[in-house]
This record gives sequence, C-alpha cells and structure tokens, in this order.
Amino acid sequence: MSNAKMIQSDISSVLTLQEMAAIDHELEHVPYKSGAAIDALKIVQAERGWVSDESLQAIAKYLDMSAEELEGVATFYNLIYRRPVGEKVILFCDSVSCWISGCDSIKATISETLGVDYGETTEDNRYTLLPVPCLGACDRAPVMMVGDDLVTHLDTHKISEIFASSKSGDQS
Amino acid sequence: MEKVLTRNIEPGKAPTDMTAYEANGGYQGLHKALTSMSSLECREVVSASNLRGRGGAGFPTGMKWSFVPMDDKCTPGHKYLVCNADEMEPGAFKDRLLMEYDPHQLIEGMILSAYCIGADLSYIFIRGEYVVAIDRLRQALKECYAKGYLGDNILGSGFKLDMYVHPSAGRYICGEETALINALEGKRANPRAKPPFPQVSGLWGRPTIVNNVETLCNIPHIIDRGADWFKSLGVGEDAGTKMFGVSGRVKTPGCWELPMGTPIREILENHAGGMQDGLQLKGFLPGGGSTDFLTHEHLDLAMDYNVIGKAGSRMGTGTMIILDDQTCPVGMVLNLIRFFAHESCGFCTPCRDGLPWTRQVLEDIEQGRGKTEDLDTLEYQINYIGAIGNTHCALAPGAMEPLQSALKYFRDDFERHISGGCCPYHSGKGA
Repeated sequence: MSNAKMIQSDISSVLTLQEMAAIDHELEHVPYKSGAAIDALKIVQAERGWVSDESLQAIAKYLDMSAEELEGVATFYNLIYRRPVGEKVILFCDSVSCWISGCDSIKATISETLGVDYGETTEDNRYTLLPVPCLGACDRAPVMMVGDDLVTHLDTHKISEIFASSKSGDQS
Repeated sequence: MEKVLTRNIEPGKAPTDMTAYEANGGYQGLHKALTSMSSLECREVVSASNLRGRGGAGFPTGMKWSFVPMDDKCTPGHKYLVCNADEMEPGAFKDRLLMEYDPHQLIEGMILSAYCIGADLSYIFIRGEYVVAIDRLRQALKECYAKGYLGDNILGSGFKLDMYVHPSAGRYICGEETALINALEGKRANPRAKPPFPQVSGLWGRPTIVNNVETLCNIPHIIDRGADWFKSLGVGEDAGTKMFGVSGRVKTPGCWELPMGTPIREILENHAGGMQDGLQLKGFLPGGGSTDFLTHEHLDLAMDYNVIGKAGSRMGTGTMIILDDQTCPVGMVLNLIRFFAHESCGFCTPCRDGLPWTRQVLEDIEQGRGKTEDLDTLEYQINYIGAIGNTHCALAPGAMEPLQSALKYFRDDFERHISGGCCPYHSGKGA
C-alpha cells in the first residue's frame, strides 16, 4: 500500500463522508488547504460536539498540515472544544457590564445549582459551563448563552427556572 | 433628529427583509452608484463626508480606502472587503443591534464599499455567538443573490461581487484587523507586523479593507444623499450620527442613534435615565473597556473623537460603561485586566506576561493583600506595556487605559484597599 493510500484510509476511518464533503466545500474558497483549518475543526465539532485527538489528527492529515500546527489553531480559539462538552454549553458573560450588574453571584448560583465550575460538565452531561468575553448585550446585563439562546436580565429566580430539572442530586 | 442608521429599527418592530428595506428607500444608494457614478466618484463622496471608523480608532474611512491600489496600479487578482463584525469590546453592544434588525443596510454598505475599492470578494467576519445575526445575514444574502444585487454583473454595471458570512471561532484579538485576516486564513489570530498594511497586502497577500459594521452601515446613506447632508447631521466637530450606548447601573441602559457630538450628560441623563435610585455617578469609560475613565468634570463634553481625545480618553465604540459610587473601582479595573490578560494572543512577551502580572497585583490589592509598593508596580506596567511600540499590537496599551485613569481619579480607593487590608466596598462583587 502506498503511503498516500495508507494516509487516506486512516482519514476515512475517522472522518465521515459528510464531514469530508463539507470540508471539500470550504476548500473551494481557499488558495491552500490549511486555510480551511478553522472551518474544518468547526465542521467536525458540529457533528461530534468536540474535537478529539483522533479527529484532530485526521483533519490535519486531510489538510496536509502537521497535527501540532492544527493543535495550535484549535487551542487558540474559545469556541473550539478540545475536551468533551455537555449537550449544551453555557457561555457565561463575566465581562465588565455584567460584573457591575452582579454576575458573580449569578455564577455562584449556577455553580451551586448544577454542581459545576468553569470548564466542567454536569453529571447528567446536559451542560458545560464556560466563561465568554462580553456577549454584546450589556444593556440587558447580566447575560449568558445556553446553547444558541441568549438569556438576559439574569437573576437567581431565572437561574432556578432554567435549570430546574438539572439540580444536582435530582438525577440519582 | 432624523434617524439614519436606525430608520428601520424600532422596539417591537420585526427585522427588515428585502421588501421592507426597499420600501423604506433601501438599495437606492446602490442603484444610484452603479447606474450613474464611477467608483472614483463614490470614493470622493465618502472622503468628503468626513466619515470616521466606528470600530473604535476613528480613522477617516475615505483615507483608509485611498491606500488600496486601483485600476492599472493593482496587480491582477482578487481584492477583498471584510466587515469586522467581531464585536467583543467589553461594554460594546451596538453592531449586534444593527445586524439583527437591519441586515440589508450592512450588506448594501458592503456592496457599495466593495464597488469603491474594486473588491470582488467580501466577508462578514462575525463572532460565532451572534447566532441570530448570522441567520438573518445569511437570509438577507440569499435575497440579494435572488435580486441580482450580488453575483455577476450587478445591475448591468459589469461589477461583480460575492459575499460570505464567516462566523468566528472566538477570541477578542480577532477584532484587530490583521489578526482578523489571519483568522480568515485559518491561522492563529496573532496580529501581523505593519507595514505592509492590509490595504496593500492583506487577506492571502492581496489588497484588503477591513471596516466596522457601523462604519459600513453609513455608506448607503452617504452615497444616496451626499457628503454635505452627512456632515450636517453632527452637532459638533464630527460628521454623521453615532450609535451611543450606556450600560451599568443606570435607570434605562440601552443603545441610541444620536448626532455625533451629543453631550455626554444628555446621553446619560435623557436617554439612559440617570443613575438608579440610591446610586451616584463616580466615573465612566466613554467608549468600551479599553478607554480611559472620565468623571463628573467631563459630563458636558461632546462625544466627538477629538474632544474626548483631548480630555485624555477615547471615544472608542461610543458605548459607555458607568461606574457608580457603590461599585469598587479596583474590582472594576481588575475585571477588565483579567479579561485582557485572558484575551492576550500570547505572541509578544510584554503583553503575555505583563497583563497576568498586572492582574495578580490588582487581585492582591482587591483582596486586601496589597502593599504600597504595588502601586509602583502598576505605574511601571502602565509606562512599559502601556506604551505603543513596546508591544506587538494595541491590546496591552488599550488594557492600561482604564487602569492608568483609575489610578489618576480613584487613587484614594486603591490606597484604602491597601491601608485597610480589605475591599472597602464590601459589595460581594470583589474577586
């Protein structure tokens, strides 16, 4: 088996046909393959929730990059996850306007309710809690995103409503 | 005042689609330019309008464009127009509003700007968290292609333009235009050395213009109604209107389109409703997290680039963050420095190491472990990483702005933390 063929079979055992097709589509817009690095990471993450070592190596090969170079890109960006995350990621804004509006106590309530700190996933795998740079909704502070939804004017009451079914201990 | 940027935006009103946008005068500027004006004539109108970049730096837009090689002075190949929609400055929330509620205004501004500089490819580089804006912009782009406002031979003029929405994978530094270009190229978003400037060698080494959302939203109106009309909108030195915002503990935080040069007091008291009951104004950052504090004595200043500059700060994004008398200024600056330390790209040592060092000193002071000599360390950092030229880009100097002005106006608060061995505000919001 030629080297090229071996590499190809490695990749296709990891990346799905759909993922490769989506990456190919991005490759049409860039003058060289590594130009689609971030897009490729996002495509794979959209399918799998995160980017595993195995995925990262397969993407790197597919784009003719070293895994190290792609890792440098993957770990640079806030929204590329190199560890598994829950079904929904909570992006909690802890920037200045939210801080003035009391986000620290909201964050404490979330941590208490869900039993997780930043970077952690709830035991029921429903939520991962992450801090995020200013979400650009400062007139409605404090705010956070739960999955794709922006939740504004946070208070402890709202937090308990949103996470009512995920209270720590409820799942046992 | 005549509404320009927000003429289609009202509370409770649905976002504009193609039909609604055109019914209210939308794409008139595009028709006018492509059927009766050369790209040079369009550029001259924008230059004469005195439009200045609304992303924070306030650089004259016409001048920025003038560095792009045109016609036979440009080697064959693509030219790019990129919209910087990576709104991440702490306290800035104006571009979100413009994109979510009137996406066609931005797109028309981009088509016209691309026509001005001769770009054939354009990207809206938007932060990934703006999912609603991303959806609405993509929908609007479809409408534009269907209508023949994008693609080949737009309105029979021979002008060709493709446009893509590019959601970012997130990082504050992507807002720096050369970092943004690296991100578009699939790389780590470290800023590039300048020169060469992007106007000459940007995306994929080709001439590239990066403009902020609000800047681009002004272009259709300037082309449609002329430079003199645009200049007449401002009530001070600067031309046009501006999206001004107020956040913090005021009665009605929000974002309003007002004439350039509107006095700060008017924005704070008439639009933001003044401070919440029981709170007094202590200071404010006039244009986002990387601008210097101003205070009571500056309330009657006009929100103009040069006026705010002379007062020792920057108008930045025009979105003010209010510090009240019951919020700890040290805690507020610590929050900002923590943000900038986290968002440093790590490329140059003064920023990568200096910001965490500064954060640590501020944490010590805020938590009551501070020593008098810590204030000297802060001054050292301000003079060192705060000086343009000592760092690779403007992130660290920007981070030092709220710190240096906090030490100037609220030094007694820092000293009380150190002498008392605790945060005197006891707000529970400390680190």
